[in-house]
Amino acid sequence: MFEQKNSEALSADSLILDKQVLVASLDDIRKTYFMGSLSVEVLHGISLDFYAGDYISIMGPSGCGKSTLMNILGCLDQPTAGKYFLGDEDTSEMEDDELSSIRGARLGFIFQSYNLIQQLNVLENIEMPLFYQGYSESDSHEIAMGLASRVGLDDRVDHKPFELSGGQQQRVAIARALAVDPLIILADEPTGNLDSKSGAEILKLFDELHDQGKTLIMVTHSDELAERSQRWVRLRDGLVESDDRRNS
Amino acid sequence: MTDAILESPTPSAVLTPGQSGAKHAESLFGLNLIRLKKITQVGIKSIYSHGLRSLLTVLGIVIGVAAVIAMLAVSEGASFEAQQQFRDLGASNILLKSVKPAEVEESSSRGFGPPQAIIYGITNADVITIQESIPGISNVIASRIVKKNVWNLGISINTDVVGTTVDYPISRNYQLRAGRFFSESEMRDHANVVVLSDEVADVLFPIDNPLGQSIKIDSDYYNIVGIMESEGFSNLGQNQAGSSNSAPSRIFIPFTASKSRFGETTTRQTAGGMESETVELHEAIIQVESQAAVIQVGEIIDQILRRRHKDVDYEIEVPLALLRQAEESALRDQIVAGAIAGISLLVGGIGIMNIMLASVTERTREIGIRRALGAKKRDIIAQFLIEAVILSGVGGLIGVVLGIIIPFIISALWGMTTIVTPTAPILAFSISALIGVVFGLYPSVRAADMDPVEALRHE
Repeated sequence: MFEQKNSEALSADSLILDKQVLVASLDDIRKTYFMGSLSVEVLHGISLDFYAGDYISIMGPSGCGKSTLMNILGCLDQPTAGKYFLGDEDTSEMEDDELSSIRGARLGFIFQSYNLIQQLNVLENIEMPLFYQGYSESDSHEIAMGLASRVGLDDRVDHKPFELSGGQQQRVAIARALAVDPLIILADEPTGNLDSKSGAEILKLFDELHDQGKTLIMVTHSDELAERSQRWVRLRDGLVESDDRRNS
Repeated sequence: MTDAILESPTPSAVLTPGQSGAKHAESLFGLNLIRLKKITQVGIKSIYSHGLRSLLTVLGIVIGVAAVIAMLAVSEGASFEAQQQFRDLGASNILLKSVKPAEVEESSSRGFGPPQAIIYGITNADVITIQESIPGISNVIASRIVKKNVWNLGISINTDVVGTTVDYPISRNYQLRAGRFFSESEMRDHANVVVLSDEVADVLFPIDNPLGQSIKIDSDYYNIVGIMESEGFSNLGQNQAGSSNSAPSRIFIPFTASKSRFGETTTRQTAGGMESETVELHEAIIQVESQAAVIQVGEIIDQILRRRHKDVDYEIEVPLALLRQAEESALRDQIVAGAIAGISLLVGGIGIMNIMLASVTERTREIGIRRALGAKKRDIIAQFLIEAVILSGVGGLIGVVLGIIIPFIISALWGMTTIVTPTAPILAFSISALIGVVFGLYPSVRAADMDPVEALRHE
């Protein structure tokens, strides 16, 4: 049921988003860190719903729990309490292997520091998530070539990351995040390391992805960046302070 | 196995991770061949990108493996050589030799006056008793060995003149190079015929063919009837230190001729004066019918001789027993070589573990990235494990090549026999690959157990 609706939404050429398709849902998420006998609760019960095609900025001062929330959304970390549904699956009880699977199949990551693997070239970096999903070499090659040209790097596929500018590296990272056609793209301060011109190019790419119906969740503390998105979630001290949506 | 994904790399297929979970379960350790190939490629790339470090890492394994193979080749060659020597003596033979007993030697050198002959050694009566009381002895070849100057015109050589019976060459597997050994009738007639060894023939007859000519010993002339290969003697000399066999060259005359021409008492000049000794037989080769009984017969002969001789003026050599000893000591050598090689391989393995641990720490970030992009723990383990196995495998391969070349060099430089058995390289290589697995496992598991969040944050 879910996949059916979602693929319709993805294939829809209209900009009218089907707000009924829930891609991720947080239900009273709590996260406590234990340091010896000391325990610190970082998230005090966060409930949020994310819909297909949303472009969300998660904002807040440092120490508000943004990163923790992002790690949980990215299935890199498990909540101490509460439920996190990704698509139609409850991730809260998942084993490590299942979490790896779901990360690889349903999530795309874009990091502030690009996080490309230095000894692999552009194409191999883009192919990596496909490799862990078991794609054949020819299929992943085809997909990666398509994505490289989509982010405007088709003439640089055999370059190593250190031969590229920051903006180019981040575009490789975006292509890599798109490789498995994930449910959600998670971006952590995607322009944090870039000059304004490169940053603008990345944001333009994000706009395009949004226009194509991708679901984007971006963590940032920059208002300028957040302005491009459609929905703003502000965190403060481990709680949702505000959740606003652009009225279009 | 990856059909669902392969056939339709479309969003709807990607959106069902349940399928991807199922397809992994089918394959070995969750890794199919395509993945293995890719992981191997990545591993090679990573090893290659740290060329020098990788080379130094595998050096321990290279040396270890090369040492195993080379050491086994040398010890194998040495034991083969030793065994060959004992085999030359005849595995079903027992050698009896007369030895001058220590006390007698002392008393004679103290004596004044005319030299008194020392009587010692094996006698004809001994041989007859042995032959009569022990069944299963097929033949006894008794020899008298006297040192003499042998002349051809103006050329002379000091050599052992062996008076023996017609079966001597057969019993020792000696081949005649030319002519024949003397016959039964010449034996009966006390004939003055002689068979020269190669070396003696070369010295006395540097140009012409010695066959048909004659040599002079003392005042008698002997007709040369045959030339014998001499290699057997040098071998004998090497492994039977102190025996009368150690002469580098020998000539052979009929036993009867030796007895009637030279007598049983020999006199020679020593530092303290004249010394003479009477020895009936210097040597007797006892041929036993069945090889299985050789060692036992040897023990019985020892018992008989001990009863018949007051002093220990004889020596019993059982080549088969010596062969067994040689085999045992060869085995000991191999165990020692194996232990040393094992230790060096262990050290090599620790070297690999050390570098793999460093590599894991260095690549923490990469591990985090791979985990975020969908790599399972076993994918990470496989990646580092394969890298360790490639390292140790390549090291092992280089070691095998060196280990095969080194014995050749040893043979060429020092003339030692070396034998590389096929098991040694296979064994050494397998152990080196195993070391990769064993010593790569801990670093790999440590890499896989990293918290992805922590790993991504690592600088």
